Formats: sequence, C-alpha cells, structure tokens
Amino acid sequence: MILQVEGVGKRFGGLQALSDVTFDLPEGQILGLIGPNGAGKTTLFNCISGVYEPTDGRVTFRGEDVTGSKPYLMARRGMARTHQIVRPLNELSVRENVIVGACFGRENHRLPAAGDIADEVLEFVRLADRSDQLAGSLNVGQKKRLEMARALAARPYLLLLDEVLAGLNPSEIVMMVEIVKRIRTERNVTIIMIEHVMHAVMNVSDRLLVLDYGRQIAEGTPEEVANNEKVIEAYLGDPKLAERLMTG
Amino acid sequence: MSTVRKYLGLIVTIGVLLMLVAWPAITGKDITRETTFTILLSVALASSLNILLGYTGYVSFGHVVFFGLGGYVGFYLMSAQGMSLWISMLAGGVSAGVLAFLLGKAILRLRGGYFALATIGINEAMRAFINNFEPFGGPTGMTLNFSVYRDYGGAGQALWLSYYVLAALTFIVLIVSYLVRTSKFGLGLLAIREDEDAAEVMGVNAPNVKTWAYVLSAIIPGMLGVLFFFKNGSIEPAPAFRLHFSIEMIVMVMLGGQGTVLGPILGAYGYQSLRGFLLTSPIFKDIQLAVAGVLLLVIVLFVPAGVVGWLRQRVPVLRRALQ
Repeated sequence: MILQVEGVGKRFGGLQALSDVTFDLPEGQILGLIGPNGAGKTTLFNCISGVYEPTDGRVTFRGEDVTGSKPYLMARRGMARTHQIVRPLNELSVRENVIVGACFGRENHRLPAAGDIADEVLEFVRLADRSDQLAGSLNVGQKKRLEMARALAARPYLLLLDEVLAGLNPSEIVMMVEIVKRIRTERNVTIIMIEHVMHAVMNVSDRLLVLDYGRQIAEGTPEEVANNEKVIEAYLGDPKLAERLMTG
Repeated sequence: MSTVRKYLGLIVTIGVLLMLVAWPAITGKDITRETTFTILLSVALASSLNILLGYTGYVSFGHVVFFGLGGYVGFYLMSAQGMSLWISMLAGGVSAGVLAFLLGKAILRLRGGYFALATIGINEAMRAFINNFEPFGGPTGMTLNFSVYRDYGGAGQALWLSYYVLAALTFIVLIVSYLVRTSKFGLGLLAIREDEDAAEVMGVNAPNVKTWAYVLSAIIPGMLGVLFFFKNGSIEPAPAFRLHFSIEMIVMVMLGGQGTVLGPILGAYGYQSLRGFLLTSPIFKDIQLAVAGVLLLVIVLFVPAGVVGWLRQRVPVLRRALQ
C-alpha cells in the first residue's frame, strides 16, 4: 500500500468538514474522488498532503506515519499535488515554475539538473513552446498543465490531482485525460484525482471513492458506484422522490 | 563570449558600482568622498534589504534596527573594550545576524502587513531598551576617544579608510545579492514571494528559507552600523534607530526595482541625488521626507516594478544585462 487513510476527520470550529474517511491505495492505481460541491474532497487532499492537520485519524504514506506532517516534508517524501484554483508563480517564467518543483521535490536536484527535468516535463505536458513566457500570462488550460508539470517535476510516488479538467474545453479535456493515463503507464505514478467531469473520471479511474457532507458514502469500481443508490441520491436528491414527481 | 553573456548581469552591476567608487578616488576631494559615502551606504543597505523585500516579498519597516544594534555593539567594543575596527565590525554583523535569526523564528510566521507592523515594533522596542541600557551610555550614547583614530593613521586617513571599507562591503553585498538571485536558495525565496503556500506544497521549507534570508539581509547592515558610527565618532539612540531611515531604504529599493540586483544601486543613487537637491533647495528643504513619501506612493501606484523592472518588461533585449 502506498497510502493508508484511517478514520481521518477534520473539524473547523463547529463545522465537521470531514469525518471518518478510511481507504487504502495500492501502488499503481488511479483512485477517483468524487462528490457534490462542499463534500470535503479538497479538505481530504489537504489532510493527506499536510496543508491541514487532521483532527482525527491517521495517514500512512509508504509505511510511515505522516499525520500532521508539513507540506514541504510531504513533497520531499514523494507526494505532489495540483491545486483546484491554479496557483502559478506569476512573475516567474513557466520553466522556472517547473524548476521549483524539480529542485525542492523528492529528488532534491540542483539547478542545472532541475532545468533538464523541467524541459523534459514541459515537453510531456505540451507546454515546451511556452517555457520562457511568464506563468501569469498563460490561459487557464495552460495553467492547469503547468500545475501538472510542476508536480511531475518533483518525480513523486503519489500524485494528487485536484480538478485538473475543470474549466477546460472538450479538446483540452481529451488532451489532459491522455496525459493522466500516460503518467500512470509511463511514469509509474499512483494517482488520486478529484473530478467533476464524470465520463472522464469513470473512464480513467480503477476505483472511485464518493464523499458527501464530509462522509464516505460509497467505494468501488466505477460500475458499482454508478449504480449505488446512495450515490444517485447524493447527486440527484431522493431518487424515489424524483420518480414520484416525474410520474405526477 | 558565452561566459560574458552568462554573467552579463553581474558585469553590468559591478561596472556601475566601480564607476561610483572610483569617482572620489580619482578626484581625491573630501566633498566628493562624503557624497559618495552616503550613496554607497544607501546602496549597501538597500541591497541588503532587497534580499528580504525584493526576493522574499516580506516588507520590513524596521530594518534600521540591525544597523543600530550592530553599530552599538561594535561601538561599545571599540570605545569601552579597545578592540579594533575589524573585530568590532565582525561582532556588529554577528549580533545583527543573531537578532535576525531569533526574530525570524518568532515573527516571520506573520504575513504581509502584520509582519511589517511587527518590525516597526521591534525597532521602537530596541531603541527604548538602548535608551535605558547604562553600559551603552543610555540616552546620551557613547563617544570615541580621538586617540583611537591614531591606529588608523589619524582622523583624516581614517575617513578615507572608512570609505574604502564601505566600498568593499558594498561589493560583497552585491555579489551576495547576485549569488542569491541565481541560486537554488534564491529560487526558493522567489517562490515564497509569489505564493508561499504553493511554494510549501512544492517542497520549499519556507520557515527555514525565510529565516536565512532575514539573517542574510541583516548581517551587512550590522557591519555598516559599526563603520558608520566609527567614522561618526559618536553614537546615540535616536540616530541609530531612526525609523524614517528604514522607510527611505524601502523607497530606494522600490525606486530602482525590487527583486533585481541592479535596482537598489540605481534606486539609492537616484534617491540620494534627489535628496541632496531637496535639502539644498530653499523651497523643499523642510519637506524632503514628505517628498520621499509621495515618491513611494507614486512608485507603488504606477511603476511597482521600479526602474529596472520597468525596463526589463518593456525592452526584452535588456533582460540579460539588467538583473
């Protein structure tokens, strides 16, 4: 198991944003994390990657208890993530952004080696032609790919993707899904992805985990989850109520 | 050729500074030396502050505290313990660095305006403390016995010596500034400036890196304090911890271009020239600080990148030469 999450919960004052989430993630899998807005998906990412310290529970990464560890230590251990709302280092060039990822990530490279990695990764996410542009001048789709490139440059074992498809047009979505698949097959990186674009997440994931109001309501293969009543209810409201309303 | 291209930014910076330094040495006039002394002091202080303000993005309104504390520690060693200028300068730099390290651990977790406020508080607290600290002479401060200068070839010679030591320190600051700007450590600082949380997620150990940037930006001001008050012959709390001196440093960094190596040199030169003009003009002599305030406002509103940053944005050809 590359990652084990046991009974993780997070409370903000009176708000229980996340409670009792438990799952194991074997190496090489892609786990899709879905749920309605405000379900606690990003909070779960933050608890895993060290941005928040969980109120309860335990996170184990590659056999080491990392609960409440700092984000920069998690990066060193081989966990990288992208942000739902992109966070480019605006006044630095695209290439410099990626070099930061390579320099301070798991392999802790020096600048020249980090530069080579940046060039390779930018080629991989198809941003090579933008390398010398300032990161702030990219469009949303390109910024999403930049986030991806920065995370990959760290050479992580585990990659957390937070809505990398949101805000992209259909052709960009196709390109990004392709990239995600190639990350797993060519780079042997385990992935957890939060996603709202259903056909994409169903297509890419080996397994899905569904959150609703901070609780884990279902887990299983895409087919199992798609037919799970609780999941349908969470997304559509009460299915029987919907049915009754439809039939008059 | 490629080496020249690679280090063009450094060559231009050093070239500009060499011209400044050589001017009084060629003319040999005391008045030119005094003017250049003021400018070089500003260049060195502004460049030190730039490591924190320009590279790391943390605004310190109380940076003069390191100049004052270093000055006091060194001055005490020279006047009361009879130590040489060299050892005293070293001690001044070390004490400023230690203070920055301790402060960094305590207040660098504050962001934006809160950090800036804390730095003002620290400067005021330090001044109040020195004011009441008898070994350092309390409110009346300390004076150097004139005989001290004999070891340095007499008072007249000591002035020239101070000038050359200052020039050497300024070179050191600029080389450190350049090395930081082009190093992995510096890239970590820039990442923090752009987005501290994102930088941490990418693996930048922000608390540590920020603290070292703060220490680095404090050491040279501590040494400069010793040199300045050695040349001055006396030290008092008010001139050592002048808050508006900190603000002038910020104006100089912003004017020249924060986050660039060359910017603080041009900013310091520009600001000191302007100040020299204002102080001697009958209309402006009483309101020269107000003019500095307005200048800061105009820069922040219209050219936040400063002269060098503006040129870099507008004229891409110059990017390699202006760093």
